[in-house]
Amino acid sequence: MSKKLPKVPVVIVGMGWAGGIIASELTKAGIEVVGLERGKERQVKDFLMVHDELRYQHREDLMQDLSKETITSRNNGKMKALPMREYGTFIVGDGTGGAGTHWNGQTYRFLPYDFEIKTMTEKRYGPNKIKPGYTIQDWGITYDEMEPYYDKFEKMAGISGETVELYGPRKNPYPTGPMVKTPIMEDFEKATKNLGYTPYVMPSGNLSEPYTNPDGISRAACQYCAYCENFGCEYGAKADPIVTVIPVAKQTGKLDLRTHSNVTKIINDGKKASGVIYVNTITGEEFEQPADVVVIASYVFNNVRFLLNSGLGKPYDPTTGTGSVGKNYCYQVTAGSSILFFNDKQFNLYGGAGALGIEIPEFTGDNFDHTDVNFIHGAGIRVTQYGNRPIANNTVPKGTPSWGAEFKKQSIKYANSSFPVKIQGASMPHEQNYLDIDPTYKDAYGVPLLRMTFDYTDQDKELVSYMVKVTRKIAEEIGADHIESIETQGEFNVNKDSNTHNTGGVIMGADPETSAVNTYLQMWDAPNVFVVGSSAFPHNSCFNPTGTLGALSYRAAEGIQTYLKTGEPLV
Amino acid sequence: MADKDKHQKQVPDGSRRNFLKNSGLTVGGLVVGGTIAGLLGANPENNNQGVKNSETTSQGYKNPNEALMFFTPAQYQTTQAATERIFPKDEIGPGAKELNVAIYIDHQLASPWGINAKNYMLGPFYEPAPTQGPQLRILRKDMFRLGLQGLDDYSQKKYQKVFTELEAEEQDEVLVDFEEGEAFQLTAGLSTSVFFTILKTLTIEGVYADPMYGGNKEMQGWKMRNYPGTRMSYAQEIVEEKFVKLNPESLRSHMGQ
Ligand SMILES: Cc1cc2nc3c(=O)[nH]c(=O)nc-3n(C[C@H](O)[C@H](O)[C@H](O)COP(=O)(O)OP(=O)(O)OC[C@H]3O[C@@H](n4cnc5c(N)ncnc54)[C@H](O)[C@@H]3O)c2cc1C
Ligand code: SF4
Repeated sequence: MSKKLPKVPVVIVGMGWAGGIIASELTKAGIEVVGLERGKERQVKDFLMVHDELRYQHREDLMQDLSKETITSRNNGKMKALPMREYGTFIVGDGTGGAGTHWNGQTYRFLPYDFEIKTMTEKRYGPNKIKPGYTIQDWGITYDEMEPYYDKFEKMAGISGETVELYGPRKNPYPTGPMVKTPIMEDFEKATKNLGYTPYVMPSGNLSEPYTNPDGISRAACQYCAYCENFGCEYGAKADPIVTVIPVAKQTGKLDLRTHSNVTKIINDGKKASGVIYVNTITGEEFEQPADVVVIASYVFNNVRFLLNSGLGKPYDPTTGTGSVGKNYCYQVTAGSSILFFNDKQFNLYGGAGALGIEIPEFTGDNFDHTDVNFIHGAGIRVTQYGNRPIANNTVPKGTPSWGAEFKKQSIKYANSSFPVKIQGASMPHEQNYLDIDPTYKDAYGVPLLRMTFDYTDQDKELVSYMVKVTRKIAEEIGADHIESIETQGEFNVNKDSNTHNTGGVIMGADPETSAVNTYLQMWDAPNVFVVGSSAFPHNSCFNPTGTLGALSYRAAEGIQTYLKTGEPLV
Repeated sequence: MADKDKHQKQVPDGSRRNFLKNSGLTVGGLVVGGTIAGLLGANPENNNQGVKNSETTSQGYKNPNEALMFFTPAQYQTTQAATERIFPKDEIGPGAKELNVAIYIDHQLASPWGINAKNYMLGPFYEPAPTQGPQLRILRKDMFRLGLQGLDDYSQKKYQKVFTELEAEEQDEVLVDFEEGEAFQLTAGLSTSVFFTILKTLTIEGVYADPMYGGNKEMQGWKMRNYPGTRMSYAQEIVEEKFVKLNPESLRSHMGQ
């Protein structure tokens, strides 16, 4: 039996960026909040020994413990889904800060095109451009409506960057200037300018200079220490909920943050939630936390899993296309890069930062003509410098054996003499790509796991085949002794592909028939439940998701405050 | 406290020499040939030093981490031999053996990673499609032991010798067959290629992980590829046109002394 605790105005499940932003906005407004986080409490002082590639990158110290919980996956509905038993693809967060501790910090806005993708695509190319089976839809909100929330997120996090003409208009410049340009970034800049493009330095959550945000939080500048992606920042330079929104919320005295608290269920009657059930993972005690408003901010996978396991919202049915929970799960494409190998040039690739890079905007969204191609949307084409840590980076030319004398020679030869021109490509929703509940496998608390049914679509593959020609052209313009391209996007592989940019499943929209939440991320079916995160994206763009997720979290926080006053649906 | 005192009384002088003497392995202060130091492949001339508790002699401090917590001496030697073929010594620098990769692997297999502590291990287990990742019930530590036994069994079958007695080229042949995974299975449903993949990954990790894990001896793995280790800042170097070579530093340097 669970112990019933006193009721609170708001309970938040998950203390990453989404949960942290909501907690800080509500507590600043004087609202009492309980924050439940399954992992441990984390602070900068935990990162004194963080420059440990084995522990953090290859033993996933900061990430979700898969022995407790994972997802199952299959490439299509005919296959039997099997659990992701060890890490490969998605490295989901755990502990205060969530994945916002070990992320890279590449912080973009989505394009005006993204928010009205269906309308704008049909307007420019006609009603048949979007092929049957692709469940592409508008977001129910425009870029102009999103702009103030982006601005808020960027100021809180201190994003470093430069304005890009081809992207949505900005009311304010980035709060801090762009990161430095390294020689490989300059090579890319020169080559892309020669080809007529307009390169820009990637917007970064690794601070280019010391910065004090509107909440009065001061942070140091990035040291390009190279232990960033997969690691926590020992300087507090990387924007992370544990050095921004969470301490601000704590300072108000209104946040009751309970770590080691794994939520298993949302208590509800189908129209309203009355609270959540959670287990203290250390003592095993079970608690019921009643609340007026329940905020689910536990990342895409658990956001969907909670709703389905708790019987909230209408589950998506891929055979009829009805229902919305689990619908429009999207990922991103990353094949299509061209790798440059140099025989007598060495770069200082051991240094770098998670959001250090340079990119061109010309092939993003609808910034180029899609009339003669079989796909919509596009890709960011970029060179990055994260810091080549030696276990993970052993790039060798094709044909080199993967071990033995020749491997050793080549991998050492190119350790500081090779880099790729990469893509980050958008992924469009398809009726056969979705999330539901696995019929077989359960987590350590006996709750069924989430099942992912996903593969890259023809649209995704066409996009890659087009973009590889662009990366090749740029690589050739830079010039190298040897260039290799990854020509095609293969099947989705749960242990090989690498990117934790999952989206969809609890998508937002203007219509309760085709979406699960409104544009305040409030559930249509249960107005006191807000489901916050990239689970709300109806498709995935060609940019990293957290800027948009953060902006939506600010909007949701606004909606929650209004709802607490009126008790009415916001739309 | 009480427990500690008792323990100390049982071994009044904690030195290795006394321990060996008490356990009957020494005769007149010398290790009985082939029992311990010999099996570990140490130079017999060094045996005397070992017995004399070399940690406190003028020879200087010896790394206490160079000891086994998982392998038998024979398993250790097979691992040394196999990893050396994966990452051999050459004109660029030391190979896996000199870098203590087998020590690294020993320590990893004794760690929570060896018992798949952070992996989802609940059943049922099915044969996966190639896109679904490994679906193995067996723990890494057990698989590794089977793999090492498999190397010897297969070498016996093919060359009538154990793996460590083979010529380098023969060892490569065995490893290629293991990598391809067609020749035989380690146990029902367990391909040699699964073991080989782990062996290969562990070798690279042992060459390049922080030396505190037991491999990458004296940071020589890093030195070979001009990797500066775990320094705190590259703000200067990163904008330099020219390659800046830095002496590596390990996490030890973050301890403040
Ligand atoms: C290596 C890596 C690099 C990345 N780089 C970038 C980048 O450069 N730019 C970018 O935009 N994005 C990046 N991302 C993605 C980014 O990290 C995520 O989009 C973002 O952090 C998600 O925030 P969130 O709050 O929605 O979820 P999370 O940060 O995952 O937080 C969810 C929290 O909920 C908790 N939780 C889950 N289930 C329960 C439960 N049952 N009970 C209690 N608590 C629970 C989790 O422990 C976690 O702390 C990266 C991700 C990774 C892994
Ligand atoms: S690269 Fe910069 S932001 Fe990233 S961890 Fe290092 S100092 Fe922090």
